[in-house]
Amino acid sequence: MEPLDRYRPIIDDFEAFIDACERPLPSAVRVNTIKATVERVRTALAEADIAHDPVDWHDGLFVLPEDSPGANWPYFQGWIHGQEEVSVIPAEVLDPQPGERVWDACAAPGSKTTQLAALMDDTGELVATDNNLGRISALRTNTERLGATTVAVTHEDGRNHSLKPFGGEGYDRALVDVPCSCEGTIRKNPDTLEDWTLSHVEGISGVQKGILKRAVEVTEPGGTVVYSTCTFAPEENEAVLDYVLDETACEIVDYDLPLDHAPGVTEWQDETYDSSVTNAKRIYPHHNDTGGFFCAKLEVPAE
Amino acid sequence: MSDQSTVFTRLPETDDEREDPQRATREEVLDFWQERFGVPPETFEGYTFWERGAGKLWLYQGSPPSPVDIEGLGMTFLRTRQEHWKPTLEAVQRFGDYASKNVIHLDDNAARAFVAGEDRELDWDGDWGYLVVTHDLAGEVEPVGVGLYVYGELRSQVPKGRQREV
Repeated sequence: MEPLDRYRPIIDDFEAFIDACERPLPSAVRVNTIKATVERVRTALAEADIAHDPVDWHDGLFVLPEDSPGANWPYFQGWIHGQEEVSVIPAEVLDPQPGERVWDACAAPGSKTTQLAALMDDTGELVATDNNLGRISALRTNTERLGATTVAVTHEDGRNHSLKPFGGEGYDRALVDVPCSCEGTIRKNPDTLEDWTLSHVEGISGVQKGILKRAVEVTEPGGTVVYSTCTFAPEENEAVLDYVLDETACEIVDYDLPLDHAPGVTEWQDETYDSSVTNAKRIYPHHNDTGGFFCAKLEVPAE
Repeated sequence: MSDQSTVFTRLPETDDEREDPQRATREEVLDFWQERFGVPPETFEGYTFWERGAGKLWLYQGSPPSPVDIEGLGMTFLRTRQEHWKPTLEAVQRFGDYASKNVIHLDDNAARAFVAGEDRELDWDGDWGYLVVTHDLAGEVEPVGVGLYVYGELRSQVPKGRQREV
C-alpha cells in the first residue's frame, strides 16, 4: 500500500480509502445483450444455483459473491462476461449509438469492446486496436464468444492508428481506456503495487498522451472521446487531459454518473491543470465499495 | 501485405464475379444455410462475408475496401474449401435460432456432455453430417454448437479451448 501514500493530500478520508483497498473484491458479470436479456440471465444463473446480487446503479450487472464466471451455462452461451463494476463506466459514458463508427484505442482483452458492441445493438462499425498480439488473441476469443459481428481488430500502436484499412473515414466516438499503473485494481490483484515505480508512471503517461491525442485527431467534429484509467496517479489522469487540451481542439465536459465520486484535481505536487479537468471523475474504492477508476468525457467541437 | 494468408478478401457475389475458382461466393453461402439448415437468406442481409486463409469465412457488418489486412473482421462463420462445409460454434449460437432442419435437441445431461467435448451414441432419423445442436436454457430452446452425426453417434465439434464442464 506504500505507493498510495502519495495520494493522502488529494483523497478525503484517506484511512477509509486504505481500508477499502485492503478488502478483496467479489467477481461481477455483465449481461451480454447481444445474445441474452437480463431476465434470461437471471433465470439461467438461478437454474445453475449461482448466487447473484443485483447492482443498484446498473441493471445489466450482477455480483457473484461465491463464484467466478467461467464454467456455467450462461457463460458458455456467451450471455455473461466477467467485468468489474467500475469497468463498465467508460462505455456507458461514451454512449455509442446504433450504426455509428467507433474506435476502441486499447481494446484487449475486449470487455469494454464487447460492451460497446452491445450498446450499439451490434450494428455500425467498431474498430478495436491493441499493440499486443497475445492480448489480441484474448480479445478475439471474447468477441467470438459474445457473438459480436461488428468488431474489426487491428494490431498497431494506438498513437499511430491508421484509418487506411477503412477507407480513411473518421469516427463518431472513441474510447481511450489506456494501459496504466493499475493502482485501482489492488482489490482484485493484491500484488499490483509490488512493481510500482514513479518512472513507470511517468513513462506510461507519455504513451497515454500520445494515444488520447490520436483519438481526438481521428474523431469527427461534433464527436465524443472518453478517456479512462484504473489508476489514481494524476500524472496518468489530469496531466494527460491537460496535455491534450493544449495540443488539440477539444473540451472536457461534465456528465452524469450515478456513483459517488470526487472531481478531477487541478493541482498535484508542483503542477497545475486546466480548471475543466474537474469535470473528470475519480472513483475511489471507499466511495461505492468498488475498484478505483478515473473517467473523463471529451468533446470535439463541431466545425 | 507481406503474408497474404492474413488478409481478408470479400467474397464475390456470384460465380460471374469469381476470380479464384475455389473461393465460395455469397450466393453459395446463402444457399448452404438455406439448404442444409433452412435458414432464410434474408437472415444475412446487411452482413458481408470475407475469406481469410484457405476456406475460413468470416461474417462482418461493415464494408471496408477489399482486401483488408487486419487481425479480425467480425466473427468466424463457416469453413469452406472442403467437401462438407462446417459452420462454427459461434455462428450457430448467433444464427442457429433461424434453423429449421438438421437441428438435434439434447436433454440436459447430453448437452453437458456435448459442451465437455464428449461423443455419444444417439438415435437420429435425419441426414448424416453437421447438425445444429440445441438444448433448453432459461425456459427456451437455445442453439449451443455444432455436432457431426455419423454411424449412430453425435460427435461434439466444440473446439478444445471452448470445452467446459458446466
